[in-house]
Amino acid sequence: MPTARTWREYPQRYRYEAAVCKKCNKWHFPPRPVCDACKGEEFETKAMRRTGKILSHTVIRVPPAPFKDQAPYAMAVIEMDDGPRITTQVVDCGDGSLKIGQKVKLEFRRIYDDSEAGSINYGYKAVPA
Amino acid sequence: MREVAIIGVGLTKFGELWEQSLRNLYVEAALKAIKDAGVDHIDSMYVGCMSSGLFTGQEHLGALMADYLGQAPVPATRVESACASGGAALRMGYMEVASGQSDVVLVGGVEKMTDVGGDEATYALATASDQEWEAFNGVTFPGLYAMMAVAHMERYKTTVKQLAAVAVKNHLNGTKNPTAQFPAKISVDDVLNSVMVADPLHILDCSPITDGAAAVILCPADKAKKVAKHGAVKILASAAATDTIALHSRKDLAALDAVAKAASVAFSLANKKPSDIQLCEVHDCFTIAEIMSTEALGFFEKGKGGPAVEAGETAIGGKIAVNTSGGLKSKGHPVGATGVAQAIEIVEQLRGQAGARQVAKAKIGMTSNMGGTGASAVVHILEAL
Amino acid sequence: MSVGIVGYGANLPRHRIKVEEIAKVWGADAPSYKKGLELREKSVPAPDQDVITLSVEAARNALLRAKGVNPQDLGAIYIGSESHPYAVKPSGTVVGEAIGAFPSCHVADFEFACKAGSEAMFVVYGLVKAGLVKYGLAIGADTSQGAPGDALEYSAAAGAAAYIIGSQDLVATIDDTYSFTTDTPDFWRREYQHYPQHAGRFTGEPAYFRTVLGASEALLKKSGMKPKDFQYAVFHQPNGKFPMRAGKMLGFSREQIETGWLVPTLGNTYSGASPLGLTAILDVAKPGDKIFMCSYGSGAGSDAFIYTVTDRIREVQGLAAKTRDMLDKNVIYLQYGEYAKFRRKILKAE
Repeated sequence: MPTARTWREYPQRYRYEAAVCKKCNKWHFPPRPVCDACKGEEFETKAMRRTGKILSHTVIRVPPAPFKDQAPYAMAVIEMDDGPRITTQVVDCGDGSLKIGQKVKLEFRRIYDDSEAGSINYGYKAVPA
Repeated sequence: MREVAIIGVGLTKFGELWEQSLRNLYVEAALKAIKDAGVDHIDSMYVGCMSSGLFTGQEHLGALMADYLGQAPVPATRVESACASGGAALRMGYMEVASGQSDVVLVGGVEKMTDVGGDEATYALATASDQEWEAFNGVTFPGLYAMMAVAHMERYKTTVKQLAAVAVKNHLNGTKNPTAQFPAKISVDDVLNSVMVADPLHILDCSPITDGAAAVILCPADKAKKVAKHGAVKILASAAATDTIALHSRKDLAALDAVAKAASVAFSLANKKPSDIQLCEVHDCFTIAEIMSTEALGFFEKGKGGPAVEAGETAIGGKIAVNTSGGLKSKGHPVGATGVAQAIEIVEQLRGQAGARQVAKAKIGMTSNMGGTGASAVVHILEAL
Repeated sequence: MSVGIVGYGANLPRHRIKVEEIAKVWGADAPSYKKGLELREKSVPAPDQDVITLSVEAARNALLRAKGVNPQDLGAIYIGSESHPYAVKPSGTVVGEAIGAFPSCHVADFEFACKAGSEAMFVVYGLVKAGLVKYGLAIGADTSQGAPGDALEYSAAAGAAAYIIGSQDLVATIDDTYSFTTDTPDFWRREYQHYPQHAGRFTGEPAYFRTVLGASEALLKKSGMKPKDFQYAVFHQPNGKFPMRAGKMLGFSREQIETGWLVPTLGNTYSGASPLGLTAILDVAKPGDKIFMCSYGSGAGSDAFIYTVTDRIREVQGLAAKTRDMLDKNVIYLQYGEYAKFRRKILKAE
């Protein structure tokens, strides 16, 4: 199983590195080549703080195959305190009764294994702050 | 630019069509459309399809379908825009005829989804989301739409009963459509008691996995009446728009801005307004999607889509008939075929051939086809000729 | 040159299972287990937690407390564990990448049953003292498995402790060390085996006690110090009973040991066990306090350390989550079925 696809995203999945537009200061996560606010093409790399709040949420009960062992699990759209938004699992939240506006923090977790013998994909998940 | 009309339509049965292959589905719909139009040739063709590669292992559909339809060497191109592939293909055909490049164009949409298991189908459909930043983390399409529903419910007090009312209405309409996959009457309680897929969406809030194909024949509007054997319908406007691929990057999780943008362009091209539209096929891949679509299209104010469906305003005979075909929910959702099938429903209604689900005095109809969580939107406005 | 701890951090899973919940599945006598092992419950890693994820979070907490240390200045990262997620591919590379320490860094994974964490601390200490690296990161972490129904199942737990060791801005100096090693076959896990095996009561007197006492007595003698000179002591804690008994045999009191004695509600975190006891002590220690630590790894060996807490401790204690808070707050109790699923003890279809 080729691993390059996840490997090239380590700066984001592991360290939350965003691209901050040098022209208008908008934070982009993941980084993008053109700023969607001002069309700027120059950016500075900055790591996002690990805190944010829930904008919306659900509980996945019918998961994609690599996530079968984890179901049911909560997912949320989270607005990070530095501005960018992400979609991620919310874990360690008991029965998953999440609220819009709830504060969360990102933790380093296993996302899924390529297979029993395959490589392990790590990344971010949220936990209640 | 020339005005364009639809002069023939063809639709396969929608459902789990175990005996039908990808190519046979397309060819069946295409032959029906050609015969319905009464044309003796086509100049060019398009194939709308989302993911034949993942569903059947087959790409290169333009050449395959032209070959099996017996139309090689006409130019043939596949168009992909996730679940809006059919609508996008129709728009390509429309532009080819409008530009004067071709006179008779076949636009078909097809999806053969049951040649893979549930896990593979879930995977294939999830490719319409942001694979690296949404799907990688474990979200599914029902999950993404569930989060749109939660945001809409929080903002506008939309209820799960209003979501269920969409399914109830569309399944009732489906009972009057002979091609529908699930023409069964259901109740609000049936929806609410069905198994939860992604809170708050139950299985009966979701459209099914479907095999099927749909095709239309386009020609210049000024020749349409003369050529068409069974009546013609003019395309008043064809418009498309995009939004962020990831749901989380949208300005508003509770709005479909690409649909709104495409609709406003279409209304201005057609010189019409939402209240001029008598019926509309909207992209109800999930019940919340119909509510949000009817708001984005301007039929109801933001937040009023839920109460409207509950009050019967979107039923046949209501203020605006939405998804008279049964919609994706009941008719079925062979993703690449859906955009074309929506247009066919409007054509049949405007030609007065919709049988038990006919909207009285139907003159102007509309389609709204969506890809992903609304990152692609294609809108058409049609008028009886 | 003083060498010592610049920053420290812990990470514990939030899930727990009680001794009663395990005992009822195997028809075992919970009260006698609880009394005999002085163990009430243990931590359980979630399906998405492993040695790497726990280590990353512990290292992030250590960096928060090591204010001003640039991860790029970490010259070495060593992770001690007997449950590295990969048989081949280092845990340390993921951890170093996640905290931004690379590429100028030496990395190795250590294994020595339950003392791999203190072993990492010892090696980093040596490198800093030798002037080979400015700072180094030493981690002890485990997500150990006990065979279903075995005595080990009641204790095998998960957790991680991370230490940034250097020679400036210390929160505790490392004053002296001593290691004691013999070949003692008390506990092992063969390649490709899921669960370890142990030699029953042989793990006690000739293994744990001989080694812990051997290392501790030698270090006390070498340093010229007595148990009463210390405010705190932490010994490897495979169960509640062993560290208390070893401490008492050496002349330490229950009060000196209790602060770092996490095992009754945490279980045995293996390579994390004595290092986590030390993070709990540092969370409450005062400047000038002396701490005695002795690890134990089956096979067998002990690393003993003497630390002196500095004035800077007060500045850093509140900069990251405290160990006792992670142990006591927001815990989620599992039933045996959920625990079996979490720990992949259920046979599934391919």
